[in-house]
Amino acid sequence: MSVLIFIDHTEGQIKKTSLEALSYGAALGKSMGVPAEGILLGTVGEDLSTLGKYGIQKIHQVSSESLNQLDSEQFIRIISTVAASSGATVIVLSHTNTGRAIAPGLSAQLKAGLVTGATSLPDLTHGFQVKKNVFSGKAFCTVAIKTPLKIISLNPNTYPVVVGEGTAEIISENIALTPSATQIKSVSMVSGEIPLTEAEIVVSGGRGMKGPENWGPLEELAKLLHAATACSRPVADAGWRPHHEHVGQTGIAIAPNLYIAIGISGAIQHLAGVNRSKVIVVINKDPEAPFFKSADYGMVGDAFEILPKLIAAVKKLKGVA
Amino acid sequence: MKILVCISKTPDTTAKIAFTDNNRKFGTEGIQWILNPYDEWYALVRAIEIKEKDPSAIIHLVTVGGADCDQVIRKALALGGEEAIRINTEPTDSFFVASQIASVAKEGNYDLIMTGKETIDFNGASVGGMLAALLGMPFVSLAAKLELEGTTATLIREIEGGEETVEVKLPLVVGCQKGMAEQRIPNMKGIMGARSKPLKVVESHPTESLTEVISFELPPAKKGVKMISSDNPEELVKLLHEEAKVI
Repeated sequence: MSVLIFIDHTEGQIKKTSLEALSYGAALGKSMGVPAEGILLGTVGEDLSTLGKYGIQKIHQVSSESLNQLDSEQFIRIISTVAASSGATVIVLSHTNTGRAIAPGLSAQLKAGLVTGATSLPDLTHGFQVKKNVFSGKAFCTVAIKTPLKIISLNPNTYPVVVGEGTAEIISENIALTPSATQIKSVSMVSGEIPLTEAEIVVSGGRGMKGPENWGPLEELAKLLHAATACSRPVADAGWRPHHEHVGQTGIAIAPNLYIAIGISGAIQHLAGVNRSKVIVVINKDPEAPFFKSADYGMVGDAFEILPKLIAAVKKLKGVA
Repeated sequence: MKILVCISKTPDTTAKIAFTDNNRKFGTEGIQWILNPYDEWYALVRAIEIKEKDPSAIIHLVTVGGADCDQVIRKALALGGEEAIRINTEPTDSFFVASQIASVAKEGNYDLIMTGKETIDFNGASVGGMLAALLGMPFVSLAAKLELEGTTATLIREIEGGEETVEVKLPLVVGCQKGMAEQRIPNMKGIMGARSKPLKVVESHPTESLTEVISFELPPAKKGVKMISSDNPEELVKLLHEEAKVI
């Protein structure tokens, strides 16, 4: 019996979401009284045994470079095999683009009940119940998994990375790779940007920004705060900003520690995607903007006047000239 | 080319979310049902575009649910598709829904099965991937582009930190998202025509669900907003640093 945690990586780096999943899986293993183990497909630049500090005892690795890219069919096959051979009773993944590509297939193949977008550790007092996000962040649902093997995909930025001490034993898995029906032709990475779902701080702009040419100060503020940039739906639809920045009910749902909304009125569809943010700051020239009702801090005024002053204040705090 | 588009009804995006039956059920009173936006705007409209290029293509729609789905099925048929199939049972979980659709899909011999990337109510993002596994077909999640050349599909899918271009032979299951197509509004001819299109109601087959909904809850209410004068961004920065401890 064990908890098996999928460790994702891109460009040689282990994802922060996977460190969250490792910490979550280790805590779950502890409460179930079973060891937590990792599984990593492909190769990374760092010494894997150091991942023991997140509370896992072993890491199963299939170190073929062809697995450094998302090959969902192959991933499902390998994780299923390792889950069986290692006697896993729970598989933990992150509810990221990778998790979305493989968790459902794993679930159907292994007849293992799946909860996607989990927001806290399972409650083991009445069976195995996991709380998840529903209605795009407007509510939570507690779901019982009824099968012996269980799969959880954890929402990013909902469980803290917990660092302790320890060294993980690396087990090199010798699993034959078979070509997938889906062939990867090319991969293009968006470099230099912090992925929205992983960002701890997000600076977002709406129609109040008046046009794409005005995003300079917003980007400057984001850079100072090591934040990702986002936007509302009308902004993405107008082509002012790329679609992958659109947060809201029909865009991406995020849960950063700090969400700064500039010139966004706060329609219910937008709120759905951002209301799990721990702290929300709203800057809007309309004091009646509905977003203020969901905010922690608010400021009424012209974004173009406030932004330079806000940037100066952040620079002062950070000691940047 | 036979295409199956999986559709689902969801509450309107402005719907007030409330629960009944001791928080065990979603409160449907006064709820306006719509087609799940990802199923409609991306999966269905892209299927229609494929048919516009290849008029011999056939589009079927499928949903799992009771008679209260018929209104959104007619709305989908007003956009396009030759016929719709409703599997007459209350959906319990993603695996149950995928199993039901799999039995219809096996009979229909579809070349391409399209779903939205997720529904905006349960946010499971699971039916497409499960369906593919049950049918033994490849699955491309989070697809933002789909082009067909004979029996080969070329897709762009979103991955962590970027995108991947993949090529795969049909049959195939695709989870569709933004970029795939543009939202359309049905015209009068479509609305009139939808009334006479066949809507087949089929009985479900026995399947166990793997999970069970125990209860729902709303997030805790915010404490209330603290307003800061626009002349004083330094105060805001100080509060974020010292009080909220987020910067």
